[in-house]
This record gives sequence, structure tokens and C-alpha cells, in this order.
Amino acid sequence: MNNSQINRLKDKTFNYFGIFCTLIGLVILAFFIGSIFYDGLRRIDWDFLTSLPSRKAEKAGILTAWVGSIWIVIFTFIIVVPLGISAGIYLEEYAKKSRLSSLIEVNISNLAGVPSIIYGLLSLEIFVRLFGMGNSILAGSCTLALLVLPIVIVATREALKAVPHSIRAASYALGASKWQTVWEQVLPASFGGILTGVILAISRAVGETAPLIVIGALLYVPFTPSSPMDEFTVLPIQIFNWISRPQHEFTINAAAAIIILLLITFIMNGVAVYFRNKWQKKINW
Amino acid sequence: MENVLEAKNVNVFYGDFQALKNINMKFKKNAVTALIGPSGCGKSTYLRLFNRMNDYIDSFNMQGDIMVENKNIYNKEIVVEELRKKIGMVFQKPNPFPKSIFENVAYGLKIQGVTNKAVLKNAVRKALQQAALWDEVKLDLDKSALALSGGQQQRLCIARTLAVEPSIILMDEPTSALDPIATAKVEELIRELKQKYTIIIVTHNMQQASRISDYTAFFYMGDMIEYNKTDTIFRNPQYERTQNYITGRFG
Repeated sequence: MNNSQINRLKDKTFNYFGIFCTLIGLVILAFFIGSIFYDGLRRIDWDFLTSLPSRKAEKAGILTAWVGSIWIVIFTFIIVVPLGISAGIYLEEYAKKSRLSSLIEVNISNLAGVPSIIYGLLSLEIFVRLFGMGNSILAGSCTLALLVLPIVIVATREALKAVPHSIRAASYALGASKWQTVWEQVLPASFGGILTGVILAISRAVGETAPLIVIGALLYVPFTPSSPMDEFTVLPIQIFNWISRPQHEFTINAAAAIIILLLITFIMNGVAVYFRNKWQKKINW
Repeated sequence: MENVLEAKNVNVFYGDFQALKNINMKFKKNAVTALIGPSGCGKSTYLRLFNRMNDYIDSFNMQGDIMVENKNIYNKEIVVEELRKKIGMVFQKPNPFPKSIFENVAYGLKIQGVTNKAVLKNAVRKALQQAALWDEVKLDLDKSALALSGGQQQRLCIARTLAVEPSIILMDEPTSALDPIATAKVEELIRELKQKYTIIIVTHNMQQASRISDYTAFFYMGDMIEYNKTDTIFRNPQYERTQNYITGRFG
């Protein structure tokens, strides 16, 4: 074999190795989803969605869990959107480049990597005890908002960065102030990217369990919440609760609840992709 | 003719680098003044002094006075936003906002608080007519400005500037990204606009400077070498360096 044949062989070998690496994740995911659907799909019906939790597996439903999840999503959204986008705008458009600002930037990226249970412990002390929110929806939303805040900040900054500088120059040259330039030109032009980041952050929040358990979200809630100060449970906690029981029927319930949770996150990610494509097509610099 | 703009002992530094060296110049009203010179000679920096667009560069530092209507625009009490309504700017690459044609032209007035639809419509129409773009876009005012051709986009940017009704227009190589036909249209437009506006234009194109300008200033390495009527600069330059540059022997 001469040199170029050896090189070709290496090329081919890596090609197949690459295919193997790509498939391994997909196959495991497909197997996982397949077995979940096999177990859970037949359990899903209208009663399952509208029943309260019960000690009897065949009567138990996820009404309180998904209603709690929706309450949590809405309040997390309300809290994280103004905070995250404002912080992103400040860091990208207003903050002067200095040691302090680069220190803040590095730490925001670091925050995104802090284990979620740490946020739970922090929130237990601050929101639940110090601010006296108790184990309410509001406390849970504050916890999750804090958790996904770095995602929204980073996504906002990336989206703002993608707006060409010439747009800002044009706005300034017409006599616009900084605020007008950001509000009228830069934000609308980066809206798609920011929205994508927000949706991805929220879909991360939907799946979180650990920090909510730490702040005292309930495992068994026989009522749907009617105000942000009510106690609550969410889908992932309901799943965790059922999985940890010995009876097989509850495992099936858990599988069915996982399907619903997956459906919610897939839909949210789908919406994010849709907005990204739509806005990228519209604005072609 | 009356002077509308004056630079007095202007020095500009970017950190340690001196980009402009002791510039003194007066600009005539309702005339086109061309700034020419090789890349890096400081002519764009100079142009951007007049609407304070250099303020956004961190290492920028300036000494001297820029006088507009006998006021130094670098004084602390000057409101930059007000200054830029009087002194408009057209950039090298067409930079329309990713909005409709109408919104692009109306933007300058909207940020001043004009909300009356009839007023805006009239102003947009007038500005587009002045920029010789009205006939091409009058049926498409709601279409995205990004769908226009490069030449149309640049005339839209000129219309956007005119809508604010400035008295001075700065142009930074406005045709360098355009094809010859679009360039000819923009040049014709500049010749018409000088009836009402004072225009200062940076250009790399010698023929363009000689075609459209009344006065020409030649810059080299941060110095203003020569400033005179365009005819004189091109037919009978005082300095050899100017002669060499305009005849293309260096550049």
C-alpha cells in the first residue's frame, strides 16, 4: 500500500467511525422513546389528563401536575423575560468595556453551568424563607427564572450582536438617541433570536425537578392551584413520584406522563425553530 | 459665498496615532466639497467629525474646534441628537433598516415625535421625490427596503437623510458599492441637491470628484495638503504630491 492509499483508508475509517458516533445517541434515544411509548401510550386518555392524583394507579391522573406546570411556565416567563432581555441589552449596548464588565460576562456564562439543585437551595433560603413566599408557585417560578436567566441573557446578547453595526450608525446619524436606536431598530431586528432563546430557556424550566423539590413543591396535590401563592406540583415531580413507587401500574402512569412532558417540550422547541427560520428569512443582511 | 462650516486647528488622535494634523478649513454654503486622498489619509475621520460619529470610538481624542453656525459642536452644551438633525450622513455601503420603504424614510421624523400620518406621508413623498426614487417605488412603499437594488437602497438612504431636512449632508464614499449606472444616478442627484444643501463628500474616484464637486481638498497622511476650487486642483495643483495623486502616479 502506498501513502495515498493509506490516507484514503484513514479517511474511510473515520467516516464510518463518525457515522457510528452520530447514530449511537440517536439509537439510544429512539429506544428510550420507543419503550416509553410502548408502556405509556395506551394509558393516555381524556380521564388521565383530567383526573386528580390517586392512591389507585388506574384512577390517578395528571390534572394537577400539568396545570401546575402551566402556572409555573407562565410566571417563569413573566419574570425571566424582562430581567434577561434588559440585562442582555445593558451588557451588549450600554456597558463600557472594562475589567468589571468582562468579569460579569464570564460569570454569567459560569452561572449557566451551576447545578440546578444549588439554585434550589439558594431559593429555599431567599424566596421561601426570607421573602416568606412559602412553597408557592411564585417561589417556584422565581427559582426557575433564576436558573434560566443566564440562557436568556446570553441568547439576547448573541441576537443583538448579529445586528450589523451599520444599522446603529444609520439610526444615530438621523438624530436618534441610544434608547431609540435600541428600541426602534436593534431590538426588532434581533427579535427572532431573542424569542428563540426565551423559548429554549422556558422548555428547560418545564423539565426541571430538583430545585422545585428542594423548595418544597408537593408530591401529592389533590387540588389545582388558583393563585400564584398556592402550593403546587409539576409534571416532572409527578413522574418522579410515580416512578419511585413499587407497583408496576404506577410505572405505566409515569411513562404516560413522560409522553405528555416530551410533547410539551417538543412543541416548544418546534415553535422556537419556526420563529428562528421565519425571522432569518425575513432579514437577509 | 458664505461659509457654513469651519475646522479650526483640528488634531485627532486614536490612542497614540495622530490621524489628523492641525487642519484648518472653511466650507462654502450650497457647494459640493470633495475630500480626496489615499486610504488611511484621515479623510473619513475628518468627515465623521462634523456629525460626531467618531464619538463611539473608544480611543478617539480630538483637539480644536468645529464651528457650525458659529458654535463649536464639541462644546458640552451641544445636544448631539439635535446636531445630527442639521447635519445628515450617507454611508459607504447602503444601510437601509430592515423595514418597509415608508418606515425607512419616516424614521427620522418619527423619532422626533411626529405622529400625524398626513404629515409623514407628505414628508416621505417629498424626500423620495428629491432623491429621484419616487417614481420607482411609489407603488411599493410597504415593501421591505432590503428588496431594492443596491443603487435604489443608496438613494433611499439619501431620501431618509433628506426627510429630516438637514442643511448639510455628509457623504462617505456613497457610490463605492454601486455599479456605474447607479453611480451616475447618485452623482446627478448630488448635483441637484447642492441647490439647497451643502454637501461634503469623501471619494476615492478622481473623475467623480472632478465631475461633481466645486471645491476639492487633498489629504495625505493626516495633513490637508491642498484645498482649492476643483478646477484649480485638477488643472493646476500647487503641490507635486497632489499632482501625482490625481494623475494616478501613486495612491
